[in-house]
Amino acid sequence: MIEAVGLTKRYGPKTAVQDLSFSVRPGIVTGFLGPNGAGKSTTMRMLLGLDTPSSGHAVVNGRRYAEHAAPLREVGAMLEARAIHTGRSAYNHLLALAATHAIPRSRVEEVIDLVGLREVARRRAGGFSLGMGQRLGIASALLGDPATVILDEPVNGLDPEGILWIRNLLKSLASEGRTVLVSSHLMSEMALTAEHLIVIGRGKLIADTSVADFTRSASQGGVLVRTPDSVRLAELLGALPEVTVRTDDSDVQLLTVEGAQSERIGRLAAEHGLVLFELTPQQASLEEAFMELTRDAVEYEAVVTPSKLVKEPAA
Amino acid sequence: MSTSIAPSPTPAPVLISTRAGTGKVTMAHVVNAEWIKFRTLRSTYFTLLAAVVADIGIAIASCYGAVDRIQHPRHEGPQHFLQDFSPAEWSLQGYNLAQLALGVLGVLIVTGEYSTGMIRASLSAVPRRLPMLWGKAAVFGVVAAVLSCVCVLTSFLVGQSILSTVHVQTTLSAPGVSRVVFGTALYLTVIGLLSVALGTMIRNAAGGIATLLGVLFIVPLLVEGLPTTWHDHIAPYLPSAAGSAVMTLKQDPTLLSPGTGLIVLACYLVAAYVGAAVVLKRRDA
Repeated sequence: MIEAVGLTKRYGPKTAVQDLSFSVRPGIVTGFLGPNGAGKSTTMRMLLGLDTPSSGHAVVNGRRYAEHAAPLREVGAMLEARAIHTGRSAYNHLLALAATHAIPRSRVEEVIDLVGLREVARRRAGGFSLGMGQRLGIASALLGDPATVILDEPVNGLDPEGILWIRNLLKSLASEGRTVLVSSHLMSEMALTAEHLIVIGRGKLIADTSVADFTRSASQGGVLVRTPDSVRLAELLGALPEVTVRTDDSDVQLLTVEGAQSERIGRLAAEHGLVLFELTPQQASLEEAFMELTRDAVEYEAVVTPSKLVKEPAA
Repeated sequence: MSTSIAPSPTPAPVLISTRAGTGKVTMAHVVNAEWIKFRTLRSTYFTLLAAVVADIGIAIASCYGAVDRIQHPRHEGPQHFLQDFSPAEWSLQGYNLAQLALGVLGVLIVTGEYSTGMIRASLSAVPRRLPMLWGKAAVFGVVAAVLSCVCVLTSFLVGQSILSTVHVQTTLSAPGVSRVVFGTALYLTVIGLLSVALGTMIRNAAGGIATLLGVLFIVPLLVEGLPTTWHDHIAPYLPSAAGSAVMTLKQDPTLLSPGTGLIVLACYLVAAYVGAAVVLKRRDA
């Protein structure tokens, strides 16, 4: 369980994170979503006490991270890909981290096998590919067998096989009852792994919602209809209340219908003996919906700045 | 758009696992972790080797040089050279270079973590932070002390055996000599420990090493340029001069007494570690 209360981080005049409050529940994967520079990493660093909040606080399993007697066993985190000395081998890196909590060597071996780094564990981490670095980061996070796992952009740099592996890993961690918080700037990725979403933009909370709700709200596209009787069907549909029909200049057979489900359009066509070639519900993609959400945050900032400039007297 | 749903009361299952043991973060565990970090980097061994080679190599070279000057006196004659000759100190001159190697290593064991991002992993494991600094200082302090003693004793013994060919050698039991020998080892350790604190405050290898060089070599030069009354009040208290007080056999009026020199060095250590602790605790990692 992670709880953030009024988290704020200012760097001089710039506010990276502003009054952010949310909680992350155990047993599900929670996606932490936002465009690059939205404040995801800063927030995660504050959860781990690496950055001190300007105001507000964050607790993990009821306590601030630093107040736990065995923090690695409470929270395992991977922040950015590389938190590894390039001159040290993966094995020794994990061994040193394990030593701080007297975690046995057997567990170090276990996480190396878990992330599939057995072959390269004795090599210097400086020569690791991006994907190997990510796997080592995940091994570090899982070292303490923690109840809460925080991963910052874990799929970055992974090949499709690695991405699939991460998805399954996250789901299995959650199914074991762990709290899993995963950041990403890719909505499509989160739609596949997360059950709950926390969306931020410009350091502010935009949405705290289940993925199902988010998907539903995002799917209000129209229905694409292709028919040789497009003129007749457009007339019939246009007569219905709250239904709008758009025709396509380049393709006379094509109609885009809004306000009517595909079932209703299909039945209407059948009643009048009209032939349909295609009947496709159009879903605004999650990525588009996400961009729409975060664009609002960006636009809000853009509107404020010029008015400030106007108000300020010329120097 | 901002939707939010009431969190459904999911019961938090208790995760019982002993795969990761039940150990807590203790000072002893952190020291062990720092020891693992220290001994698993190749650069550690290169730098330590450089310190050993510099210290003993210079001892051998300078002692052969002294023998040569005594055997083949220049126009002023061997007596002139021998007037101020102190065989103990002569054989220990390598400390000048060895302190640089140890200082660089001291800076690097901290700044290497910042430059690679390792510091985030280290501080995630030890979020109270200060135990990590004490752990590094303890590991590095012990290694530096042992290595310095070995280097300095070897330099002294090898140097004296070379000097014995012209019968100007001394022994550890001669008055003040063991103080000078172990004082040199102590000074090297102090410089190494100061560098760890410097690295913690500056966080950047180039900056840390430059500061170390500045403190050891540039500041004394600048102080030389001050008016005499200022100079006399400042110069003896510089780290290098306080070290000289501990490492010099004969009483030198421009230097502090060995005891006072030791106290001054201790004060530098305390001040540097207070500064390092404050910076480490306060600044975002």
